[in-house]
Amino acid sequence: MSGAHALFVHGDSLIHRLRPECKLLAQILFVFAVVATPREAFWAFGVYVVMLVVLTQLADLTVGFVAKRLVIEVPFVLFAVFLPLIGQGQRIEVLGLSLSVEGLWAMWNILIKGTIGVAASVILAATTPVPDFLRGLERLHLPSVFTSITGFMIRYSEVISQEARRMKVARESRGYDARWLWQAKGFAASAGALFIRSYERGERVHLAMISRGFDGRLPEVDDGRAGTAQWAAAMSLPAVATLVCVLAWAVRP
Amino acid sequence: MSHAPALEVSRLAFAYPDGTQALFGIDLTIGVGERVALLGPNGAGKTTLVMHLNGINTAQHGSVLVGGLPVTKQHMKEIRRRVGIVFQDPDDQLFMPTVRADVAFGPANMGVRGDDLDACVERALEAVGMEEFIDRPPHHLSFGQRRRVAVATVLAMEPEILVLDEPSSNLDPAGRRELADILRSLPITMLMVTHDLPYALELCQRAVVMNEGVMVADGRTRDILADEALMAANRLELPFGFFPERAFDD
Repeated sequence: MSGAHALFVHGDSLIHRLRPECKLLAQILFVFAVVATPREAFWAFGVYVVMLVVLTQLADLTVGFVAKRLVIEVPFVLFAVFLPLIGQGQRIEVLGLSLSVEGLWAMWNILIKGTIGVAASVILAATTPVPDFLRGLERLHLPSVFTSITGFMIRYSEVISQEARRMKVARESRGYDARWLWQAKGFAASAGALFIRSYERGERVHLAMISRGFDGRLPEVDDGRAGTAQWAAAMSLPAVATLVCVLAWAVRP
Repeated sequence: MSHAPALEVSRLAFAYPDGTQALFGIDLTIGVGERVALLGPNGAGKTTLVMHLNGINTAQHGSVLVGGLPVTKQHMKEIRRRVGIVFQDPDDQLFMPTVRADVAFGPANMGVRGDDLDACVERALEAVGMEEFIDRPPHHLSFGQRRRVAVATVLAMEPEILVLDEPSSNLDPAGRRELADILRSLPITMLMVTHDLPYALELCQRAVVMNEGVMVADGRTRDILADEALMAANRLELPFGFFPERAFDD
């Protein structure tokens, strides 16, 4: 209920307790290893999937939960489904359809690597609250301008969307129910008003910030560094994946 | 401890860049530990005055002293620690991803770190009864809870004077009373800008009235609210059925 954001799942698993910067870096390196794996090495992708299933268990999540959230990927990989149809070169007959072999390989490559990457991200998002995520990025030396802008964006997205909802209710309460493009004037006017309001809120927030001694830099909250054990635990994931990747290249026919 | 008054504003005048004169020589002295209500109609210059207390606006004429220290550029950091302003909309005040980070923001800017910072954050949240919400994001709290956390963000800086802009606005009656209990429990000098006259009477012994950029009255809150001519002249009205002279009868 009190999750820091919609994707987070409360828990106290091993993965929840890992420091965010360790998880982030592990995730990035893992995805690199997956992407670098030759697409013909089916067994390697099998190993990755098994690794993710183990990770899911360690995070106190269920495979079904992760699978459900994988749906987010669909619009992004939809085009991959068409690759076998429009691909060039040698073709084979499948269920009466003439498909390009190269296209089939390309589709498989995108689908499997995309799915594994998204699944890893789903697990990361489900075990890391947004503020920790931002702190992790900061400790990985992402400039604090980026992390603070992201932080403000997340903090105020809800405030601004509530404001937009209230304006919508106010519009509709006065009989404005736009269905057609030529009725867009009311909507456009309130979009403008929302922009001005958000801008003014920005000024008030800034005022509140300088009233509390803000001098242009957000204070860094130093809560120690991740220990060797934390790093070792997190890095075991990309380490194994890298090994699998290298092996897959080595044994490639 | 210094013996200087908590706040000393003398002959303060201010005009906005467009030429609108907002303050015409304001005098206001608040002793240490006093709770004072600042009353007046919209556009009286109350907010402009408040913005002078921590140096957001700087005095064009006259002076503002906080605990004897003039509000000038070179003292700005100390002034902002000494004067804590709680703004009207808690969404303007709570901008960090968690309650903890938000309450820590002020003291961290003052250079507090580590265990001292944690202790400071916990003390401030305890003072407003919000310690159990320390790791929540502010937008998941109710309005009243956000207002209380906004007070904590300022208390964490251990200010010498707390300035509240419309503290009771938009609160439900219970939230309004809970905030009153919290404010009463704080051993701190307070200046409260409000249109909520019963609230002013409940919390502040003394009230000052501003109108059109000048101070028009300064006295016991009960006396001011009972002065019908003064009230009418300054667009101040008591809620229906409210009689200040009977408020403390039991």
